[in-house]
Amino acid sequence: MNPALKLIAQRLALGALLLLAVSALIFAGTQILPGDVAQSILGQSATPESLANLREELGLNEPALTRYFDWLGGILVGDLGTALTSGADISEAVGKRLSATLFLASVAAVISIPLAILLGLVAVRYKDRWPDKLISASTLASISLPEFFIGYLLIVFFAVNLGWFPSLARINDGMSFFAKLEAVFLPALTLTLVVLAHMMRMTRAAILNVMQSAYIETAELKGLGSFKIIARHAFPNAIAPIINVVMLNMAYLVVGVVVVEVIFNYPGMGQYLVDHVSKRDVPVVQACGLIFAAIYIGLNLVADVVSILTNPRLRHPK
Amino acid sequence: MDLKTIPISAWIGIISTTCFVLAAIFAPLIAPYGMAEVVGGVWEPMSATHWLGTDNLGRDLFSRMIYGAQTTLTIAALATLVSFTTGSLLGMTAAVVGGWTDQILSRFVDLLMSIPTLIFALVVLSVLPPGLLTLILVMGVLDATRVFRLSRAVAVDVNVMDFVEAAKLRGEGRWWIITREILPNALSTLVAELGLRFIFMVLFLSALSFLGLGIQPPQADWGGMVKENKDGIVFGIGAALIPAAAIALLAISVNLIADWILNRTTDLKGGRGGQ
Repeated sequence: MNPALKLIAQRLALGALLLLAVSALIFAGTQILPGDVAQSILGQSATPESLANLREELGLNEPALTRYFDWLGGILVGDLGTALTSGADISEAVGKRLSATLFLASVAAVISIPLAILLGLVAVRYKDRWPDKLISASTLASISLPEFFIGYLLIVFFAVNLGWFPSLARINDGMSFFAKLEAVFLPALTLTLVVLAHMMRMTRAAILNVMQSAYIETAELKGLGSFKIIARHAFPNAIAPIINVVMLNMAYLVVGVVVVEVIFNYPGMGQYLVDHVSKRDVPVVQACGLIFAAIYIGLNLVADVVSILTNPRLRHPK
Repeated sequence: MDLKTIPISAWIGIISTTCFVLAAIFAPLIAPYGMAEVVGGVWEPMSATHWLGTDNLGRDLFSRMIYGAQTTLTIAALATLVSFTTGSLLGMTAAVVGGWTDQILSRFVDLLMSIPTLIFALVVLSVLPPGLLTLILVMGVLDATRVFRLSRAVAVDVNVMDFVEAAKLRGEGRWWIITREILPNALSTLVAELGLRFIFMVLFLSALSFLGLGIQPPQADWGGMVKENKDGIVFGIGAALIPAAAIALLAISVNLIADWILNRTTDLKGGRGGQ
């Protein structure tokens, strides 16, 4: 078998195994730790009888292992259970919110990835001059600024002062694509600013690494212009590390979405998760936690697979 | 140490961090009003009596900022302490003992790190009893994974040095080797990391409080104050931006110091750990 395919199959299997372990960890985190679900639903004044009834109803008297496999079996067939607080079907609620979150995240990705790569290239071209220094300084600022600071600044500027975009990102099914795009512009811009600096800094590092190769010197000696060297010789060889960085930042973006959705009151997964954490609605929290973790692991896996695929030594074995 | 060798950026960081720390320590002496004292109308603008105006309930924003510094800095510092002691001790133990202990600890840390920190914190906070202790422990333990990785990596390097070998040969116990041989040699790397972890804790705590899952009102903390005042933003009232800016300023200041320490320690080691 082709070693690249074998490696990829290995990674995928490991990813599945990791996901299984993560599901066990999330389940254990919500079940074995102190704190009683029935008690937290009914409050301190609940009578012992009503507590016992609720425990029976929720199946809390079963052993933890049985409940875990019931839960896992449900997930495999797309049944995430029902919410404790509203009694609503979780899969149904999650479906709509997940697509809203993915829409927001992909708009942010479409803006941030090309911009980060372009700015990374510019930083390499003007290494140690002011564009490069500016980019380094903005990295420091961007890892220091909390998401809500960026978000509210954008709201004050673009929504309150200029009135260009709405301050609350409300979307619904009836809206046209462009109306939706306008609604998510500010949250997407916030996410972009959160990941942009790190992404371009890593792009810069990846290209600079390649720039030290002998073939770049050859290209320089045969008299190519510096942008041409970067675009034709350095960039193609730096693609693998860049894709890796992009995927890691996309994974980060999926988490950043939680806070950004709350800032802009966006009806996505993050908002849904946060609401149900404060209501102590464990089944919803478990389901959302697992989905977020799965996306995170999935994106890391894609990064792995892409770096295997772009490695010519693995693609063309001797 | 020659004070003149400290770069200007580090000075800015040191001075502004000191201001924050002093404000936190002497909060009751500096704050003109009480933390939860209602002293005026809702969202009054900045004035001579209320330097930063008033908040969503008519409390003095400047006083709350100072008390907020106390809460935020204390909780973040305690969580950093938890994270560092557990992370570095376990990390160094894993490196020195090796074998199965190392395997089990390292794989468990890998597993914890494969779930985004904020998401796992939310999952756990949904069942744990609310309170400051819970918050400190959850933040500390989740962050200890990163300290574990760093200190394990450094300890693995130091562990093969001749002086550690010598200590083992003359029959010193593992505890002695970890605390007397490895810890002092790993300290410079860990100190630089300490600043970054502390900042991460401040941001993490603020995010949790902003989501309404961290420190509970009426206790003042910066993330919670952003949440309290965020409804004013759409009316053009910037009260929520002030605590948010304070978080950003503190984070940048500590980062400037950490950068400087990091550069110094890499110089000392002949560039190890640099780009």
